[in-house]
Amino acid sequence: MSGTEIDVIDALVGIKPGSPLDSIRARRPEARAHAQATYRALFAPAEPGHVTAPERFAVGGFVAGLHGATAIAAYYGARLAESGASASLKDAVDAATAEARTKGPYGRYPAGPLSREDTAGLSYRVGAATRQALGPRLAAAFEHVHMLVFHPRDAAPAALQALLGAGWSTTDIVTLSQIVAFLSFQIRVVTGLRTLDGRP
Amino acid sequence: MTDTILVVPEHTTPVAFTRAQLDWLPWLEPLAVDAMTERHLASLVDAARVKSPYFRLLARDPDALEARTRTDKDIFYNPDAGLPRAERELAAAATSRFNGCVYCASVHARHAATYSKRETDVQRLLDAGVTADLGERWNAIVAASVALTATPSAFGPEHVDRLRRAGLDDLAIADVIHAAAFFNWANRLMLSLGEPAATAGA
Repeated sequence: MSGTEIDVIDALVGIKPGSPLDSIRARRPEARAHAQATYRALFAPAEPGHVTAPERFAVGGFVAGLHGATAIAAYYGARLAESGASASLKDAVDAATAEARTKGPYGRYPAGPLSREDTAGLSYRVGAATRQALGPRLAAAFEHVHMLVFHPRDAAPAALQALLGAGWSTTDIVTLSQIVAFLSFQIRVVTGLRTLDGRP
Repeated sequence: MTDTILVVPEHTTPVAFTRAQLDWLPWLEPLAVDAMTERHLASLVDAARVKSPYFRLLARDPDALEARTRTDKDIFYNPDAGLPRAERELAAAATSRFNGCVYCASVHARHAATYSKRETDVQRLLDAGVTADLGERWNAIVAASVALTATPSAFGPEHVDRLRRAGLDDLAIADVIHAAAFFNWANRLMLSLGEPAATAGA
């Protein structure tokens, strides 16, 4: 694949060969190559396991949408369509994004001196119509994904139990968590580099 | 076997940010050492990480783990110019402080203090939070990391300008961006797959 593969961060930032940002990324060649390798591992895996391509791209579109990263959400939406997902799944991702948008990070700390920093916020539960379109497995994933995106310090074993109960195995949960966590990185690199590029 | 949530052993939960060494207790079953294939072991990159339940849990998706680790190492350890190591660690600690990852903050606050020799300032970041006054150059790095960590992003041209006024060139600014972005990856894994515990005697 290498040699012909498009670097997703370069594509989303709009980095042209020989540009100042191309030179900057070239100074951290392992980070550049392995950010792309992570993308490949999570969105075009050699061994997909039990997490399907539509599930991976639906989560991708949802995470980017929750970040208000319109162009990145459109990228994952297009990959979702190519993965053979139904149009109704794409619509459900958009509906969930509209239901679930808020501002983070918020959440609670263990009781003690940090409790004064506790900040209330939405604990997202997928709406009935959207749940129907997503199906129980993706609906459970989206509720977990929302917590990871906006209030990760509220994470608790019960959240993982909900995923296990919806058919996600331990290994599936590791993959799902990596998808959300990696995108939290990718989206910020793209946002940061675009901003830097716009300030020559 | 049906997958289950692990019952964590009795432990003391840290209730404040600290530079002390902490343990991390998984909520999901890490791979057993004797069940790991060559591929699983190679995904750890550093063989010593086989002792870590965190890395043995992530090794369940070995390609993602190996690529994650190689990305991490270049962002923080690449010695070719850009942002000094101490300030890459500062960006990691500030991001972890803002997201609320006590475990990640402990590790990277220790590194930031070690490399900068500014233990008092690093401790002020942990105690008072991301609005602590750490001097303009560190304030600019913390503010940029925090703005990029907010969801949706609050990072704008004013952050780039402030970092430039503080003396950072564009490679150093790109290092701030990558260090903060990477800890938005790391914090979410650490916070959601297990929990920190005070070490015995700490």
